Amino acid sequence: MSTESAVMARHETTTQLGMWSFLATEMLFFGGMFAAYVIFRTSYPAAFAAGGRSMDFWLGTGNTAILLVSSVFMAIADRAVRAGRSRLAEGCLLAALALGLGFLAIKAVEYTGHARHHEVPGASFHLTAAGGPSEEIFFFLYFAMTGLHAAHMLLGVGAVAWLTWKVRRGAVGPDRPEPAAVVGLYWHFVDCVWIFLYPLFYLPGR
Amino acid sequence: MKPSPVPCRDLIAIGGILIGLLALSALTTLLPPTSWRTALGLLIAAAKAAMVVWFFMRLKHQHGLVRVFSSAGVVWLCFLAVLLASDYLTR
Repeated sequence: MSTESAVMARHETTTQLGMWSFLATEMLFFGGMFAAYVIFRTSYPAAFAAGGRSMDFWLGTGNTAILLVSSVFMAIADRAVRAGRSRLAEGCLLAALALGLGFLAIKAVEYTGHARHHEVPGASFHLTAAGGPSEEIFFFLYFAMTGLHAAHMLLGVGAVAWLTWKVRRGAVGPDRPEPAAVVGLYWHFVDCVWIFLYPLFYLPGR
Repeated sequence: MKPSPVPCRDLIAIGGILIGLLALSALTTLLPPTSWRTALGLLIAAAKAAMVVWFFMRLKHQHGLVRVFSSAGVVWLCFLAVLLASDYLTR
């Protein structure tokens, strides 16, 4: 292995180790909330089933599909950056960006719908006969967990936009692919979080 | 000179499998509402996440130390789960 390729391989390993360390902290960040979900769902199964039934199944499923497809584009963009195909990388990054924004738009539509139906925890929360007072816990967890996920998505969208600009300028390419790897890892991680949120909030009680 | 094509059929195929697993996840709502249905939904989610991690996050191409780092978060989550379970199951 030449000196240059050995240096590049070392850079890649360092990047991967650093990013996975950060993602481990993110797993624990979300993990605490997932643990709270398990505890409360075990304690109030009927309330969580009622809460799940009031979610919009098709918007949730559509959003999951959007994120999965965006991950495909991010993976292709990463490969394109390594191959020096900057235009392809740029196109795939813009596609992922558009899908990410689409996800957030659908989330906004959902939140608006919940607000209209008085499903936001607080003074105006409307109790249903099926769920009872514990249904508010379901919605508290829903807004906390999906809200935190949406905040991560916003940061991800910003990172992808920055990466697209860097690729366009030629600052990220086969000689320096690390930024694409880092942004890609972050994006796929946020996708993985939603992969677990979907069955916990959109499928119970149907 | 025409740029060399970037092979991405495998990534698109993985994406297709992920969408198929999503459809399977949605179809679990047709099963009777038992705890097994929830477990099945989470199992499908775990399979999807594993594919994203292995293929899209390129863990397949990384060497041992990176894989150890990548599993650190999961290990600590297991500690959290065991400690919580030991509390709640013994109440």
